[in-house]
Amino acid sequence: MSKTQLSSLTTLVEPTVLIQPRRHLFDLDLQGIWAYRELLYFLVWRDLKVRYKQTLIGTGWVVIQPLMTMAIFTVIFGNFAKIPSDGLPYPIFSYAALLPWNLFSSSLSRGGESVVSNANLVTKIYFPRLILPLSGVLSPLADFAIALVILIGMMIWFGIAPTVGILMLPIFVLLAICTALAVGLWLAALNVRYRDVRYTIPFLIQIWMFASPVAYPVSLVPEKWRWLYSLNPMAGVIEGFRWALLGNQSPDVRVMAISTVVVVALLAGGIVYFKQMERTFADEV
Amino acid sequence: MKDIAISVENLAKQYKIGLTKIRHDTIRDYVADGFRSLLGRTSLGTATRVEGSGNCETFWALKDVTFNIRKGETVGFIGRNGAGKSTLLKILSRITEPTTGLARIHGRIASLLEVGTGFHGELSGRDNIYLNGAILGMKKAEIARKFDEIVAFAEVEKFIDTPVKRYSSGMYLRLAFAVAAHLEPEILIVDEVLAVGDTSFQKKCLNKMHSVGKEGRTVLFVSHNLSAVTSLCQRALWLNQGRVVSDGPSQQTVSEYLSSGLLMIAQQEWPDASVAPGNDIVRARAMRLRTEDGRTTDIVDIREPVALEIDFEVLKPGHVLVPCIGLANEEGLAVFISHDHDPAWRRRPRPVGCFSSTVHIPGNFLSEGRFIIGAGIITEMPLKVHFDVNPAVAFQVVDSFDGDAARGDLAGQMVGVVRPLLKWSNRFMSGQLQSAVR
Repeated sequence: MSKTQLSSLTTLVEPTVLIQPRRHLFDLDLQGIWAYRELLYFLVWRDLKVRYKQTLIGTGWVVIQPLMTMAIFTVIFGNFAKIPSDGLPYPIFSYAALLPWNLFSSSLSRGGESVVSNANLVTKIYFPRLILPLSGVLSPLADFAIALVILIGMMIWFGIAPTVGILMLPIFVLLAICTALAVGLWLAALNVRYRDVRYTIPFLIQIWMFASPVAYPVSLVPEKWRWLYSLNPMAGVIEGFRWALLGNQSPDVRVMAISTVVVVALLAGGIVYFKQMERTFADEV
Repeated sequence: MKDIAISVENLAKQYKIGLTKIRHDTIRDYVADGFRSLLGRTSLGTATRVEGSGNCETFWALKDVTFNIRKGETVGFIGRNGAGKSTLLKILSRITEPTTGLARIHGRIASLLEVGTGFHGELSGRDNIYLNGAILGMKKAEIARKFDEIVAFAEVEKFIDTPVKRYSSGMYLRLAFAVAAHLEPEILIVDEVLAVGDTSFQKKCLNKMHSVGKEGRTVLFVSHNLSAVTSLCQRALWLNQGRVVSDGPSQQTVSEYLSSGLLMIAQQEWPDASVAPGNDIVRARAMRLRTEDGRTTDIVDIREPVALEIDFEVLKPGHVLVPCIGLANEEGLAVFISHDHDPAWRRRPRPVGCFSSTVHIPGNFLSEGRFIIGAGIITEMPLKVHFDVNPAVAFQVVDSFDGDAARGDLAGQMVGVVRPLLKWSNRFMSGQLQSAVR
């Protein structure tokens, strides 16, 4: 009974699909992503379920990774190099930056690898290909949430109260994700044709980290170079995090505006480029 | 117009060989190829490059294809490997774009180019049902509703929470097919999924496809199994070199295909490794049918043994590779399947290098007529088909009527798939008639 109802329903709304070579550069079919939102959900879900399978300490890695990096940074940059930390304890100064940075870097590398690592899907099944980099950049959010809880614990330990700026945190997270997606889209599409990209991503992330105020404060950057520095959206994101959580000096509004414009431009370009390249993914991947 | 499910107009697809067939391009490859062409010789794997232009040789995998499929029709697509069947299905499934032309699809479409697409070994059977269902386009609620049915169909109730990497290959395939079998599209596209699995699995697939066709859904079906095509499909299209050669009732198309001169192949060679069947583990070099005295032939005396040689190249060490063949007769009936069980390589991973594997088919075994051998290389555990060339060779078995074959002196038609020269014995019991005694 229910089956016949279902089939009569589907015949009522009969979708007609037209298959032909894509003509327009801006024929982006973004509503297709909404139609496939459940697939996006399942791909992120798969990623989370699989990530720490067959490891001894499982999700413990989510906690250990940033803590270890923090310890290394504290010893090398805080103790040996004596890099200033705006008057905050160095461990929490660096951890508050590692939080958005790790979110960004794993989003970026997963996004960049997304099409190639899902080649088996790309060559066998249709779905909007944008789902792949999207799922890649979204799945590190779970790790981020756990690491955030650790930060709250540390703040209690160091006796630091968050400011009202904490309400801005989701916006900084969104900005970090969008930056990762914007760059990830370019890399994912390029990676299909040139596997060199796979080997370039780790270097890119490393260089980018030193170009962002993770281990040092922005105040260390000479005033006359700040404008150039603010072209890096992650600079704004990280400063924003420190401000929202630790009550550091508030980020420059101009810096944030420039960052946002850069991200939006990169993202728009990334989507167009990705859609342009996606036509040959199945043939080349 | 109202009852059309798919209409295809002048569909064509062009591939650039240099770009598509060479895997894992890296800048280093380009540099290396540049040096080779400077030196004036091309090694295996780069032979398709055209001088000067670098990588621009193109070919049409599909050209001027036009047809309509009505709602509820079950249509088979047949043709040799590389005829364009899979390319056509990939375009209709929206996996790749046509170069020119257009297709209109009316109705919910689902394509099944492989069973178990997106299965993840670390996830349990339960998780994989949801994941695979979502990949195939099912809604979460729909999967939940059909979950028990899927598990029962796959016969994996006991192992539903075990990671699928611990499944036997049979269980894995059953589960994968079970998910796909519970799709409810109006149009279903199926590509050669029957090529894997054991016979009971294949039977299950065929039965399911039968019932799907009976429910009035439109089915597009690619297979090398010609008897499956004739039994499942009312209509068949024969593709050759990217064009539709014949379109009509499946029985008629299949017999046209079989009787075409195209199907006498004594040998195939792939001097250009970039287009050879295979993957990054192993690829085919050549296949040829030889008589006892070493002649390559496509006509075989019914009394003479004949051997099929499969030359292949192992590119990655550490895999157990099993050459195998399947022999079918003119009607598309599978006569037998044989796997290489040479003790020298049984269960032993092969090193990198060139191999030649030969299977000997005895004389006085096959009947007269045309036979087609498909040859491939698989790994048995877990099952993986590295390549499958069908037809690899096709040949005619003839009886010269010398009287010493199984037919004796009979001049008329003899039925039977095989015609072994069996041993007969006689005893002369007595000179008296039994009836006379009674």
